[in-house]
Amino acid sequence: MSEHYDLLIVGAGPAGMAAALAAAPSGARIALLDDNPVPGGQIWRDGPGAHLPPLARRLRDGLERHAIPVWSGTRVVAAAGPQALLLEDPTRGWRVRYDRLILCTGARERLLPFPGWTLPGVTGAGGLQALIKGGLPVAGERLVIAGSGPLLLASAATARAAGAHLLRIAEQAPLAALARFTAGLPRWPGKALQAARLFDHRYRAGSHVLEALGDDRLEGVRLWQDGSTVELACERLACGFGLVPNTQLAEALECALRDDAVAVDDWQATSRPHHYAAGECTGFGGSELALVEGAIAGHAAVGEQTQARRLFPRRQRWQRFADALARDFALDPRLKTLARPDTLVCRCEDVPYAALAGRDGWTDAKLVSRCGMGACQGRICGGAARVLFGWTPPAPRPPLSPARIETLLCLEDEA
Amino acid sequence: MSPAQARADVIVVGAGIVGSACAHELARRGLDVLVLDDRRGGATAVGMGHLVAMDDNPAELALSAWSLELWRHLAPDLDDASAYRNCGTLWLAADDVEMAAADAKRATLAAHGLDCQLLGARALATAEPALRDGLHGALRVAGDGILYAPNAAEWLLAKGGARIIRHAAQVVQVCGNLVRLADERWLRADAVVLANGIHAADLCPDLPLRPKKGHLLITDRYPGRIHHQLVELGYVTSAHASEGTSVAFNAQPRPTGQIFLGSSRQFDTLDRRVEGPVLARMLRRALDYLPGLAGLNAIRSWTGFRAASPDGLPLLGPHPGQPGLWLAVGHEGLGVTTAPASARLLAAQLFDERPPIDPTPYQPQRFPLAQSAVPAQEARP
Repeated sequence: MSEHYDLLIVGAGPAGMAAALAAAPSGARIALLDDNPVPGGQIWRDGPGAHLPPLARRLRDGLERHAIPVWSGTRVVAAAGPQALLLEDPTRGWRVRYDRLILCTGARERLLPFPGWTLPGVTGAGGLQALIKGGLPVAGERLVIAGSGPLLLASAATARAAGAHLLRIAEQAPLAALARFTAGLPRWPGKALQAARLFDHRYRAGSHVLEALGDDRLEGVRLWQDGSTVELACERLACGFGLVPNTQLAEALECALRDDAVAVDDWQATSRPHHYAAGECTGFGGSELALVEGAIAGHAAVGEQTQARRLFPRRQRWQRFADALARDFALDPRLKTLARPDTLVCRCEDVPYAALAGRDGWTDAKLVSRCGMGACQGRICGGAARVLFGWTPPAPRPPLSPARIETLLCLEDEA
Repeated sequence: MSPAQARADVIVVGAGIVGSACAHELARRGLDVLVLDDRRGGATAVGMGHLVAMDDNPAELALSAWSLELWRHLAPDLDDASAYRNCGTLWLAADDVEMAAADAKRATLAAHGLDCQLLGARALATAEPALRDGLHGALRVAGDGILYAPNAAEWLLAKGGARIIRHAAQVVQVCGNLVRLADERWLRADAVVLANGIHAADLCPDLPLRPKKGHLLITDRYPGRIHHQLVELGYVTSAHASEGTSVAFNAQPRPTGQIFLGSSRQFDTLDRRVEGPVLARMLRRALDYLPGLAGLNAIRSWTGFRAASPDGLPLLGPHPGQPGLWLAVGHEGLGVTTAPASARLLAAQLFDERPPIDPTPYQPQRFPLAQSAVPAQEARP
């Protein structure tokens, strides 16, 4: 006999926590699950090196006050029947049934292959932030951050607070686009403060990484900057090229996508009845948008349309910010040409660019080269292949992430 | 529109393992071959890639044993990506009845000249320590193996050199030695070989092919856990004989260190989705033999469709009602094993030669196949 909840929420970042707290007063039986050790999502990732803002603490406290079960370190393995999920944590696999589901599965960093990107010392921009919060010492290390979007700034702030010596932030978006974006920032309180960092002399627009240099580990980076190449010696390079919505679970549940994100209506309802989605999995917009979307989804899922509707204006305001982000940080097509024939695209299976170029599509390339067949199941190289070649991987199949075989046995009885 | 003569002697429809082997064989004999494939992917893309001597009937054994010999001849030249391994098969006997079946199988295979030995319980435990206690023994078939079929198919085509031309194109109609492409062009060659597995029935609705859905699952890398292809003897006796959904234990050690698990059989569905209850049943069966798998991580599962003929044998030879059309379809789960011999049998018939084994049991005319709707030109190379 499997557990049953009125409302199950997948993802305990800003959207998921806001959804749970919005729905809690209704008295619905709610459970929240997340694959990180504690709630907070990527933005409020906790750890020995983390400094949580008061808002994050308030939301976490709220979950405790409402006695909402939070299953941390828990992954969704599969859809397990009409309204049920198969879950796994380090100790058990189990099936949970639900009446309503809210997907708050967030987004992951887009990594693009360039020569040297697999050298030790090179990480994602968000990845570096997570490592530092987890306790990685970076004090005194020379750091270059490259890629696109506000995550570069957030990563830089975390690294500097931890004592890293920031040499450069290379933003691929051109100066004109950045100027347009920053000019709009005062409309969004709080964001103007972030904008101040944009004018740091270490920040360069229209600049992107060309190559990570070094033999056994990173020794430097070659950048495209002001129309020519420059080399900077450094110990760390953090690169992120925007975010990719995590839509695997939504796809497995046969919820429709729009522009590579989960498609939702005004009520944050997906194309599938009783299934909602909020936050970055519905399109990148930052934590403020995620919070209000989560709250709307939480209210709507427990039938409180009036409360949900009251939040529409706030969502609209932050949605404009998200639209500006998408427009002003669009990826430069030159980023598709960084990889050399021997540059690895799939790190799990050591598949170089040359093995993929000229294939007929994702499935053809995967079959011939094993690209995407490793433990990460194409989460990284699939996102890269999409940018590099325009390929769309097919809908995911169970297990959605690596799962113990004994956990999959729970699928035997879908009743 | 009048058909254009393809710049080839033969058109092969389907670039899976069977179509590639046919193209390879025809090119080897000096013909120019045009291979058309719509990249939908068939059994080659999703199967286990096992090379296994099967003896449900004498014709199956004759074809699979000959084909395995051909694979072993090809093996030294195969590229790394084809991942050929001569790991052998262990047919596992869970009780006395299955042990007797193992001995009968041994006698049959040995009479055919195949290298095989019975292992007792202790020898089996030594050979494969991960197997559960209590198994009665196994039949070891030394010449069996595994390969990675998508790349073996690529290799077969590449070996044809300039004689093989590949086009990504969808064939929407076949009429004797004429094919119509999705862009409405008609192409003609001296012969057309249909080797597109289950999709052949779309082009020739009279073909007695029935899809049998299968589930497969692969683990993360755990090198050295198992050493042979492991198959339960029930695989050929009780488990897969019924008409309903059935599962049977089948495990392979992949060269990557991954463990590849099968198998399931379901009739009359074309739903590609992984079905949790079937997958779980299949895995429960696997844990019954390899209990240590329980805590290992699975990373991927998928499904595929075997193109099954009513008697379990492929259709290899001329279509009786459509001069110029040749068939190499209906291989069910044995397409990878029997591809090289299937190609030899087909080519021998095309060239009007006497093949090393009797082609009669595989000839399409054993089934009532219809005439083509449009008259086609008779032609042979």
